[in-house]
Amino acid sequence: MIPSAAAPARAPRATGVANGFAIDARDLTRRFGSFVAVDHITFDVGTGEVFGFLGANGAGKTTAIKMLVGLLAPSEGVAHVAGFDIATQRDQIRRNIGYMSQRFSLYADLTVRENIRLYGGIYGLTPGQIVERTTTMLDTLGLSSNADDLVGKLPLGWKQKLAFSVALLHNPKIVFLDEPTSGVDPMTRRQFWELIYAAAARGTTVFVTTHYMDEAEYCDRISIMVDGKIAALGTPTELKEKFGAESVDDVFVRLARGATKGETA
Amino acid sequence: MNRNALRAFMVKEFRHILRDRQTLTILLMLPLVQVILFGYALRSDVRDIRMAVIDPTPDHATLELQSRFLSTNRFRIVTTSQTPDVIEPLFRRGRADVALVFDPDFASHLRGTEPARLLIAVDASDPNAGTTYLSYARAVISSYQAELSAQNRQVRIVTETRMRFNPTLESVNLFVPGLIALVLVLVSALMTAISLSREKERGTMEVLLVSPLRPQQIIVGKVLPYLALAFANVLTALLAAWAVFHVPFRGSVVLLLAESILYTLVSLALGVLVAARTSSQRAAMLTAALVTMLPNALLSGMIFPIASMPTWLVPFTYIAPARWFIVIARGIMLKGVGLTILWRETLMLSLMAMLLLAAAMRSFKPRLE
Amino acid sequence: MSNAVEVRSLSKSFASVKALDDISFDVGEGELFGLVGPDGAGKTTLFRILTTLLVPDRGTATVLGLDVVKDLWEIRSRVGYMPGGFALYPDLSVAENLEFFAAVFGTTVEKGYELIAPIYRQIEPFRDRRAEALSGGMKQKLALSCALVHRPDILLLDEPTTGVDAVSRREFWDQLGHLKASGLTIVVSTPYMDEAVRCDRVALIHGGKILEIDPPRSIGTRYGLPLIAVRGGDRFGLLHALREFPHAHTVYLFGDELHYTDSRADAPPETVANELREYLAGRGHKGVEAHPIAAGIEDSFMELMGSAPAPTATAA
Repeated sequence: MIPSAAAPARAPRATGVANGFAIDARDLTRRFGSFVAVDHITFDVGTGEVFGFLGANGAGKTTAIKMLVGLLAPSEGVAHVAGFDIATQRDQIRRNIGYMSQRFSLYADLTVRENIRLYGGIYGLTPGQIVERTTTMLDTLGLSSNADDLVGKLPLGWKQKLAFSVALLHNPKIVFLDEPTSGVDPMTRRQFWELIYAAAARGTTVFVTTHYMDEAEYCDRISIMVDGKIAALGTPTELKEKFGAESVDDVFVRLARGATKGETA
Repeated sequence: MNRNALRAFMVKEFRHILRDRQTLTILLMLPLVQVILFGYALRSDVRDIRMAVIDPTPDHATLELQSRFLSTNRFRIVTTSQTPDVIEPLFRRGRADVALVFDPDFASHLRGTEPARLLIAVDASDPNAGTTYLSYARAVISSYQAELSAQNRQVRIVTETRMRFNPTLESVNLFVPGLIALVLVLVSALMTAISLSREKERGTMEVLLVSPLRPQQIIVGKVLPYLALAFANVLTALLAAWAVFHVPFRGSVVLLLAESILYTLVSLALGVLVAARTSSQRAAMLTAALVTMLPNALLSGMIFPIASMPTWLVPFTYIAPARWFIVIARGIMLKGVGLTILWRETLMLSLMAMLLLAAAMRSFKPRLE
Repeated sequence: MSNAVEVRSLSKSFASVKALDDISFDVGEGELFGLVGPDGAGKTTLFRILTTLLVPDRGTATVLGLDVVKDLWEIRSRVGYMPGGFALYPDLSVAENLEFFAAVFGTTVEKGYELIAPIYRQIEPFRDRRAEALSGGMKQKLALSCALVHRPDILLLDEPTTGVDAVSRREFWDQLGHLKASGLTIVVSTPYMDEAVRCDRVALIHGGKILEIDPPRSIGTRYGLPLIAVRGGDRFGLLHALREFPHAHTVYLFGDELHYTDSRADAPPETVANELREYLAGRGHKGVEAHPIAAGIEDSFMELMGSAPAPTATAA
């Protein structure tokens, strides 16, 4: 499932995942009344893979992610995240995933260090671990001299990079990123993606949504949701060849133009 | 400017009000529930007041007065003594609330021309309760004296002016107008504060500002619909007062409603002022609650009588609109008086409404900063 | 022809943050002008000054020949403004939102219908649906209709495509093209670099400064260093290998490629490409393609960003 080209740079896969997949979903479905937001989607994400989860507004992306992270119960189908059943083992899932969204990530009125300590505490790290990982993280991000600055005062790009690192603080098996680079300048977006690659190289699975179609090209594989279904799934190269398109953007637009649900439901 | 814009604005506000069912229910029920709950909880009616009687020379007259106390069903005599030294230990141990101390010559003076002396000592560790005990005791004594005066007997008069209009001593009659005042001022200020700050948070204020609408028009469009809602609140609160607590309406209901509208206008304007000065909905809500509840609860005379406040504090009570409205509401409801008596209070409220509206319009900038 | 917008040495600070730092530019009448830059670049502050919501600390700005400080009310009745995040009333329906904004500007939906029709017709089937239940693309169309309903003389759009999917974004730019064809001046901001090509001219803006103003096609022509696109298997590995190349100036991920910029301005690009192929082969990267390319807007933006002094703190 993982493109062989990307594999050599990766660390050995994390163990403990029953079937070798970080995420596997079978006929995952969610209805709201008569409206089917997510309609029998089936896909796998390999361990250490960078998986791009694309779709137009209203295609069902958010609903699918909410089910995977245990915020919403599926109406039908099964899915495992980090080897745990999303319907019955929500607590284990939450301990094994990291989550970062564009809207909420860190507390603006706490300092960098306080935010890290808070999340470390929430995920049950020992004070020793927190101190150690804080130092490592700040060094990696080049934020050591800003450790006692309020997060609200940091430039957006720094905040996003920090939020990502905090989401990885408890060494989760999988990290979910919901439009992590929205509004960030092009240079910082690239630095952000380098952080994603570094995490994937350490064996962390990355599940990411984005509106920047060039970023879709950075993913090992992408899926494109249309009307609650997965309309395309594969490596960016495969999809471009299959649709005879120049870019993932073209593939996306071609698929999503045929959509009906997003505008009528 | 055009009348259509204003009408469209008000239609929109009514839609916001009617579609947010949760808030609407809360806004309509809050005054009713508050008046009823607090009406029961805050009423300072007390029964079973424990009284110690010090009667050095027991006599027909002193026994007669004691029996008057007992017949109110509020007082219970816990001890009778001939010397006053029992009072202090009783009060200390909390075994008595009131002590009635007869002068040794009480009975003889009562029959003669000299004033009959009598001391009422009250355990005032709870000042509110103490005041109430004292009022009850005085009422009993004055009614006894009134009876004696009717028989052409020379007596020393003790007057408690307010009791005259509230002969049953039902404190609820005094509290309900205060409660209505408090609830109205809070709800009204919250309504405009929330509705305006919500526009700021949603970003729609930015579009409204970049339109030919003037700040005054935005304020009028905001205040008028909520004035209607506040009027509904006035009606429910008054209805609760009348139906649940049987508070009398001796004066003009129309005048009372008109005064209520004036009073809510003060508060709605205050809400606009708060929203114009705060940056978030949360801050607006907290500020509105703070600037209405604190002064109006503490300084209006509703809980702490203004007469018992230190002189330096009294001028501060003028800023609490509830202070004036309580006088108006009590005047109309309990005394049945009209504008000839209440014009000062009405003038104060009118001044406040105008000042606050002017301040709201001033601080409501046509730009973002 | 006169200018629809004239901005001269405009500066604006909030506390210690310089949101706009000595900015000057013109927008011609009937032009589709883009402000391209990330969040915090100063785009929103600039729009708020142009829409008379903020007063500049220094400098002047005119919109339709009117001064943004003095001619407050005149400007307000003539501009169409769409703030970031679609300012709509979520509890009002599509039709109610539109009717309200029409009334606020002293007009009716009927009077403005002709202009908004191409956009509004797409959402009219949902006229009774509440705005909160609309998809991002539909909200965007409604917000644009609301900004257009009073037939403004200039349209100011602050990040109208943020948070909207790629399809809606394309459709939106098509609509702007139609509006421009009808003679309307449009100033639009976006954080998406790829949208810049839809504008007549773009200003690249970062840290409160304008880095460059040019028609989108000429922006790459000022890129002074050899730029090589590298394509191969393990991108992450290639990235690090290229950064260790002695003459590397910058190396960035770029779609399914890497963009390598050489620090030697006078080196022939073909030679650099050959050097890179040999170097990478020597580092064990097999089958790597490398060929010179012309710089795009994003390449230019990052190069200009890198040479400009970094912003000290965030400009919200």
